[in-house]
Amino acid sequence: MTERAMTAPSGSDSRVQPLDPAPAARVSAAEAEAAMDTFPKLLLHHARVRPTRPAIREKDFGIWQSWSWDEAAGEIRKLACGLAALGMGRGDRIAIIGDNRPRLYWTMTAAQAIGAVPVPVYQDAVADEMAFVLDHAEVRFALAEDQEQVDKLLEILERCPKLEIMIFDDSRGLRHYQQDWLHDFEAVQEKGRAFDAANPGFYEGEIARATGSDTGIMLYTSGTTGKPKGVVLSFDNILKSAKAGIEFEGLREDEEVLAYLPMAWVGDHIFSFGQSYVAGFCVSCPESGETVLQDLRELGPTYFFAPPRIYENILTTVTIRMEDASRIKRKMFKYFMEVAKRAGSRILDGKAVSVTDRLLYGIGRVLVYAPLKNTLGFSRIRVAYTAGEAIGPDIFEFYRSLGVNLKQLYGSTEASVFITIQPNGEIFADSVGKPAPGVEIRIDEATGEVLFRSPGVFIEYYKNPEDTRETKTEGGWVHTGDAGVMTEDGHLKIIDRAKDVGRLEDGSLFAPKFLENKLKFFPKIKEAVAFGHERPFVTAFVNIDMEAVGAWAERNGIPYASYRELAALPEVYAQVKENVEQVNRDLAADPKLAGAQIRRFLVLHKELDADDGELTRTRKVRRNVVVERYAELVDALYSDAKTAHAETEVTYEDGSKGVMQADLRIEDAQSFEGASQPALKKAG
Amino acid sequence: MSEILADPLPLDGDAPEAARVFDEVLLSVDNITLTFGGVTALSNIGFDIRKGEIRAIIGPNGAGKTSMLNVINGFYHPQQGKITFKGEERRRMRPHNAAKQGIARTFQNVALFKGMTTLDNVMTGRLLKMKTNMFWQAIYWGPNQREEIKHREFCEHIIDFLEIQAIRKTPVGRLPYGMQKRVELARALAMEPELLLLDEPMAGMNIEEKEDMSRFILDVNDQFGTTIALIEHDMSVVMDLSDRVVVLDYGRKLADGTPAAVSRDQKVIDAYLGVGH
Repeated sequence: MTERAMTAPSGSDSRVQPLDPAPAARVSAAEAEAAMDTFPKLLLHHARVRPTRPAIREKDFGIWQSWSWDEAAGEIRKLACGLAALGMGRGDRIAIIGDNRPRLYWTMTAAQAIGAVPVPVYQDAVADEMAFVLDHAEVRFALAEDQEQVDKLLEILERCPKLEIMIFDDSRGLRHYQQDWLHDFEAVQEKGRAFDAANPGFYEGEIARATGSDTGIMLYTSGTTGKPKGVVLSFDNILKSAKAGIEFEGLREDEEVLAYLPMAWVGDHIFSFGQSYVAGFCVSCPESGETVLQDLRELGPTYFFAPPRIYENILTTVTIRMEDASRIKRKMFKYFMEVAKRAGSRILDGKAVSVTDRLLYGIGRVLVYAPLKNTLGFSRIRVAYTAGEAIGPDIFEFYRSLGVNLKQLYGSTEASVFITIQPNGEIFADSVGKPAPGVEIRIDEATGEVLFRSPGVFIEYYKNPEDTRETKTEGGWVHTGDAGVMTEDGHLKIIDRAKDVGRLEDGSLFAPKFLENKLKFFPKIKEAVAFGHERPFVTAFVNIDMEAVGAWAERNGIPYASYRELAALPEVYAQVKENVEQVNRDLAADPKLAGAQIRRFLVLHKELDADDGELTRTRKVRRNVVVERYAELVDALYSDAKTAHAETEVTYEDGSKGVMQADLRIEDAQSFEGASQPALKKAG
Repeated sequence: MSEILADPLPLDGDAPEAARVFDEVLLSVDNITLTFGGVTALSNIGFDIRKGEIRAIIGPNGAGKTSMLNVINGFYHPQQGKITFKGEERRRMRPHNAAKQGIARTFQNVALFKGMTTLDNVMTGRLLKMKTNMFWQAIYWGPNQREEIKHREFCEHIIDFLEIQAIRKTPVGRLPYGMQKRVELARALAMEPELLLLDEPMAGMNIEEKEDMSRFILDVNDQFGTTIALIEHDMSVVMDLSDRVVVLDYGRKLADGTPAAVSRDQKVIDAYLGVGH
């Protein structure tokens, strides 16, 4: 990065900041490297070598407004001095609450410049959660985006005794708030200007005092289990991780990135903040949460990150809109998507493709793929990531076949994101890739848990030595809590949360979630529950997808009256059996998972329902409840019985209860031997 | 504004609001009588709207509320009575004169250009303020271009204010009803009105949309100092939003006063509960 940075446009000399400690020309590359170990130092660097290139953009009043590195540096300088004038000192913490906005990103750098630690908070957090984080982090300052966030802060003020000063970005609706510790962003910058004039050299001096090993930021994990934990990350953590990612993908200063994921999430901190500062590329903030897809299209990012859910939503929108299209368009779309499925990913991976397919793909590009990608804003994407949870292979392949270089990565806050990335040309739908540069991975023999070690490993959990000790063990190995397996060609597969992974009686690994996800990715299967811990073999309950199976039955003229009847149809069983055997075939390919093939299954007569307590409100299966409610069915799966009788109490929508009885057929599924299968299922 | 808030809002924003006082009369109607053939829509109505306040006009169906707005707006011409706006008495006036004088309105049944986008609809609100003629607008060059950019910027502020950025380029015909109402408000605001007439701004909305709309009405009043006269059926909305309420029934004025006073008035209660007719 340094080299590229140094050869950037030289028309910048006249704009070199006079107070800069050393003129750019005289700094050797090595010295510059050493000097750029914090974000404020990088900011000064960019303001010097690429002052006129855009640093950050925001769509406001219908126009993309941008700030160059030079302008951003000026804004941050005023803000940092303003914060100092308000009494912020080294080691203080400032909470940052709101949507992705340039001023919020600037606040991070400004706080870091004077030695304070930014603590971004999830903007949609409920007051309780926010109170916990603010109190735990002992923040003295808070920056809120707008009235909504200010009101939320006022509500929890009593529970955060350390909170002294609040700053707001958007003054709308705040005209009548007259607390003297509530400041307008611009007023703080005004104060900063005066402070800067009165204390020359203060700003540069403060920046120079920090080094790479100092705390750069505190990110609170979202806390799905228990209270949120404050992950303390040093400048080095973020910088080195960001840099490794940049080198791995060959990112440049002209990348376009849309910053739309929560600022409190480590992914955003790396992709929209860390990597932007390291590579010098511009980050764009959408107009509002609702306009993200439009802004995405206008911007046409080259480097993009989204969780699977977003790719899924976009695909659904495309599918729905295609159904409304004219017949010719529909036919064309269908035909060329078939071509893309055959050839698209292979072309992207640089593999051999027949001449006909290559030709057809070329025509498809003109007629379908390019216009479609343009509509989605994906035309210019060079690298797109997905992470967070398993992505359906169909969705994954859809984007890759269009020529979007979508990759999976695996990471965590404790690792400053990167643990594994899929290298170009080695993309598989069911692996998360190879260890990222500088990362070592180890699988715990006993538990199957993934452990890693890297320069990105966090310093500690804030005020929580116990959890720190538990997670960050001897030799710097960090426990991820995820169970995984390494394939022979060095790819990591994440199979489940480590605590959910069980063992069959013969000791082979059993990862219920992994099996269930594989089953759920088939369109006709809505939900699945796998059993096998301390059992001789694996069995499963399957819930069919009423919509998909119903539509299929209608098309094929198969009559049915209810969900129960539909689920019991022999044709449906045959289809599910095919799906189950496909899963078994995939499992057989992996020697570590081959033992966990599904031997027997049944299709449930009712949908698992949150009202009956079988699912959580976020639609996750409550395994223990299911086991308890359907104990007789589970027993039957582990007997020789061909049918099982079920009697279940159900809760209707109006709250009344009834009993549902059914005789369910139990089906055996074929299992497979491992040897002859390819090591991994190809994506596309 | 000669008389603004008597009291700034309480510090924490959750304590009850202090009553606001308004002195300067912006518009007054006296002895208005409006008849259509043999039907008397309004008889001898008189009240005033003061600068900076939110004034509600309520009443049962057919009470003459919309007729009253149409009179203020210059769409109907009353047979009797006088209307004084900004201290000047006026007799006969057309809606576009009213618009030029700074009176904007929204309609009970949304009246937008359905095929045009939200932005274009809001821009039509600026037409009266544009100086260049159609010829220059068609060429889009020179002074007209500068003017258009200036007006677009103004509209963008309104769009930002009403949080309708996401539908900026959507044809309004495709929008849900609640959103169309919001676009209509945006168009009215684009005229920079001194007096904003809202005819049932919350009709057909769900609770959440009503809450949003209430917020916007209060914000418009607070931020731009716009005087607002609104017709509304939802009593809780009227009580929460308005500074003063005038109650009409069968074309007659039943009561006039603060929401609290009006809601205690026996005549009003009777009218709404159907007693005494």
